[in-house]
Formats: sequence, structure tokens, C-alpha cells
Amino acid sequence: MTINRRDFVKATGAIAAASAIGFPYIARAEGKKVVVVGGGTGGATAAKYLKMADPSIDVTIIEPNETYYTCYLSNEVLSGERTLESLAQNYDGLKARGIKVVHDKAAGIDADKKVVKTAGGDEFPYDRCIVSPGIKLLYDKIEGYSEEAAQKMPHAWKAGPQTTLLRSQIEAMDDGGVVVIVAPPNPFRCPPGPYERASQIAMYLKEHKPKSKVLILDSKQAFSKQGLFTQGWERLYGFGTENSLIEWQPGPDATVVGVNADEMAVETSFGDEVKGAVINIIPPQSAGQIAIDAGLTDDSGWCPVDVKTFESKQHPGIHVIGDAAIATAMPKSAYAANSQAKVTAAAIVAMLKGDEPGTPSYVNTCYSIVGKDYGISVAAVYRLSEDGATSAGVEGAGGLTPMDAPEWALAREVQYAHSWYNNIVHDIFG
Amino acid sequence: MAKQTTTLALVGGALALGLSSLALAEDDGPTGKMLVDTCAGCHGTNGNSVGPASPTIAAMDPLVFVDMMTAFANGETYSTIMGRIAKGYTEEEFERMGEYLHKQPYVAAKQEYDASLVEEGAELHDEYCEKCHIEGGIPVPEEEDYYILAGQWTPYLKYAMDDFKNERRETPKKMGRKLDAMYEEHGEDAMAALYAFWASQQDIKVNEGE
Repeated sequence: MTINRRDFVKATGAIAAASAIGFPYIARAEGKKVVVVGGGTGGATAAKYLKMADPSIDVTIIEPNETYYTCYLSNEVLSGERTLESLAQNYDGLKARGIKVVHDKAAGIDADKKVVKTAGGDEFPYDRCIVSPGIKLLYDKIEGYSEEAAQKMPHAWKAGPQTTLLRSQIEAMDDGGVVVIVAPPNPFRCPPGPYERASQIAMYLKEHKPKSKVLILDSKQAFSKQGLFTQGWERLYGFGTENSLIEWQPGPDATVVGVNADEMAVETSFGDEVKGAVINIIPPQSAGQIAIDAGLTDDSGWCPVDVKTFESKQHPGIHVIGDAAIATAMPKSAYAANSQAKVTAAAIVAMLKGDEPGTPSYVNTCYSIVGKDYGISVAAVYRLSEDGATSAGVEGAGGLTPMDAPEWALAREVQYAHSWYNNIVHDIFG
Repeated sequence: MAKQTTTLALVGGALALGLSSLALAEDDGPTGKMLVDTCAGCHGTNGNSVGPASPTIAAMDPLVFVDMMTAFANGETYSTIMGRIAKGYTEEEFERMGEYLHKQPYVAAKQEYDASLVEEGAELHDEYCEKCHIEGGIPVPEEEDYYILAGQWTPYLKYAMDDFKNERRETPKKMGRKLDAMYEEHGEDAMAALYAFWASQQDIKVNEGE
């Protein structure tokens, strides 16, 4: 053991004593109001951690849905590995903590008057507002695609009825059919998601419809965890052979620019028409609508923030977290949203007391399940850069599951992926 | 911020930092809570995992925590993902995390176990494990040098034992001798009884009311 226990205890004891002198009482943000717009991963986590840090803060979540279906692990619904209901979360846990949950839709935010207005006509004044609206699907970026067309060609990029619809189409498909997945341009929610989706569908096809295949039409020339996915597909699904259950066509030629839902066909930028028995369109994305309406987005369609506190660079007093935020190096993932929410909650607790927010720390951990007992992961630890402008990944840390990992290690990663799910959901909503 | 980068020597190789860094003011760098909050997505809120495989890290002995994280970071102890993440922190940050976790209430894993093996497991624990894994392997925050087994997730313990067996993790000499003696006397099935005993302890009260 390299550390002497006595010294350790002495040193930490000294800190405790010093801090007791420095902070003779704990100031509270008594009665201060925080309104959280959006009760998904970011919003629900922020609300919970605010309340845990200081129960005297009045925390209200405004969220239209009474049930939240996590996007994470929803690809397992497509393979039949789990049900949509297993992804259902409710707000009872947060309510039991004294958080007010209003099931209404935020219609606007008056940043000057510090009021959130809802579609139902109510007004919620705030001292600090957290906006965690997730994404907006930009249907109109693909000609012919629309909310209506998504009833035939589901996006399934917000978990719920769309997930069930895509699953039922895959189940109903004849053996020999082609499942087309149209993968979006960067940046988008869940960078490895389309490729895990292809994997999960291939896993189902391998067992039930082995003459079928998944065709990914991508607008990108590279994708998240590509080496690991490729190796997994080679090992499990014959990737690269004539009988491969998965085929990936890269951009820019394979970029889907238009769809014809009646013909079940898509058109690529190269000019090819591709037909599919099942077509899953994951369209380009921006920050959620309320962020746009509240003037929190910039020309990119996403929300610039100070990554130390996630306070908007456009509107002071409003913090934007999760997929909608431009979190510099951090991806648009559940773990990132959960981590950002905690940094934001801690910053707001300090700011409401008139204190300087402390040094943040952030992590991302993301699992993809490529097949039965075959999990892969990516992780990163982020620190605020010296100039405070970015949340930069620590060099030499994080990274991917090593290539050529043995079977037992990949099987463990699946168990850890499921543990990840249980723990993060409990951390958010419990 | 400038000060922080000078202390940001990563743990990966050298452990030479020692404890002088602890004398820094508490607001220099992330607090223990801020750091531990980032663990919750896999290890549960305040370190209490709801399973099935990722371990609970609440109420750990702080020095055991620092040692384990260091061994993950430098690869001495095998991990799927923990080592990659551990490389992102300084030793001082591990110490802060360890201090915070030490004080957290411990929620024993709610999991199934073979009740018929518990008694045998308790006897085996007493004979072969108790010297290091004191009080049946529960967390004992007021003591020094305790290693939690009771109430820990069984799949995690099985992975750990598999890593010891396959030399992916260094087996302490005493532990190796005790294991050999146990296997010789009771056969390899003895572990199943130990797992059952540790998993059966689901009502552990530690650090409550803090």
C-alpha cells in the first residue's frame, strides 16, 4: 500500500476542520424557484439532484407525457429482446421527493420576465430555468418525409409508439426482405444508435428470417465505434461476405434526399432508388422546438452554453442541458445528459445562494449491444478546459472496448450494459 | 484553473503524488460529491448499485477504494471499462471520491440466493475469509482495512473471482493460501456457498442518518 493510513486520515481531517471554519453555516436557497422544461433524462436528473442538494428549492418539471420511454435500450425492443413497457418510466419517484410535476407543454419562455408559459395557459415564474427539450426531428430535410410518412416509414428515434410500429413491421416482414435504415448526419442523438439498431435487427433476422438483410444508407463516411461494430458484424452476421445480414453504404452517395412512402422507396443523392420491405428513416435533428421558440438556439440549430454551468449564452438565467446543448466534446447521449444535469444542479444551487459555482466534472459511458452476449462500450472523462470554453476529454483516458476482446469480456459488457440501464434510470427517476 | 493543471499528473504510471496535494483548499478542483455523482450512472446514486452486475461502491474503505482505482488505471487489475475511466483522474481525486463514498449509507443488493447453502457459507466465511473480510464481509466504516463482500452483487463477485483465478487481478498471498486450503478441504463448490451467504445479507445498516 503506497499511502500511509494515519497521514491520510490526518490530512483529510485537516480539510474538514478548514472547511468548518470557512463555512460556519450552510446558506440555503430558501424558496427559490427552479422550473425545468422537459422531464427526460436531463431534466429529471437535474430536478432530482437539485432537490437532493437543497430541499428548500421549489422545483417544478413541465413535461407533457405522464410516461417516459427511454430511447436507450429501445433497440432491444426491435429485436424482441425486451418490451417497450420495460422502458416505461413515471414521475412518482420525483413527486415523492417533493418535486412538482406539471403535465403540460411549455409553449414559451420569457427570459426577461423569467416566466415559463404553457400551452394550457399557465405561467411559472422562475429564478433559474433548466431547458432539457431533447431533439426535434427535421422531417423537411428529406423530401417527401413527414410526421404522416413516419407512420409508414417510422423514425423510432423517440421511443414509444414509433418503436412498437417498427418492431411490428420487422415481425410482419417476409423472409428475404430488406430492412433499410437511413442514418442521419452529425450531430445527432445517440451517435452509435443507428449501428446498434442494425445489429439488433440482424440478430433477430439471423434467427427468424435468415434470407433477409439490413441495409444502412448513411450520409456519413464514418461512424461511432465503427471498428468494433465492423468486427462484431463480421463475427456474428457475415459482414463483408455475400451473405452478410448487414450492408453499410457510406455517404455522400448513399445520403437519402427523398422518400416515397407509398412506394416504400427512398432516393439517394447519387440518384439511386432503393426499395425496402421496412424502411426506418432517422432524419437530421436540431434542439427541441421549445429551445428554438425561446431563442436558445444558434444558426446550427443547437444551443450554445457555458459548459461550466450550462447557462445559455443567448439568455442568462436559462440553462440548457442534454441533447439540445452544444456541450463541445460531449456526445448527445443519456449518460452525458445525466452528467450535465448534475453539474448544472450543483451550479444552480451555488448561484441561487450567490456563490461561485465549483469545478465541474463530467463523464460519458455508452454501451452498444451488438448481439447475444456481445457488448461494446465507449467512455470518456471530461474536464473544463483552462479557458473555460470547452469540456475536453482527458487525454489518455476513456476510449473504446479493445478490438479482438475475448468472448467472456464481451459477455460481461452486456451484463454491465444492463446494469448501466438499471442504475441510470434509477438515478434519474428513482 | 492554472493551478489545477499542474496537479493534474495522471495516475496511470506514478503514484508519487503522495498526500501533500490534500492540503489544497477544498474548492480547488471538483469536490468528492461532484466526482462521485459521475459514477452513479453505472454504480447507482451515491454508489448503491441496483445491479445486476456493476458493484456497489458506497461505504467502501477509502484507502481500498484508492488502491483499487489505481490498480484499474494502471492495468494491474483487469476491467472491461473501469480502467479506461480511472485513467481520467488524479490520485487526489480518488481520495476525495473515497472520502465521500466512505460516508454513504450502504444498501445491500436485493438478489436471489440459494438459502440452503447460507449456513455452510457462513461457516466457510468464518473459517477462511473473516480475518480480512471482517464481520462477515459487511462494511465497517468505523474500522480500518475492511473489504466488503456481504450485500455485494453476486455476478460482480464471480467476475472478480474469475479474474483472480486467471491472474487478471493479483491475488493477495494470504487470500491465495486460504483459497487453496478451502478448495482442498471442501472442493471448488465451496464458492457457491460463500456467494449464497454474502448475498443472503440484505439487511445491513451502515452510515444511516448521516
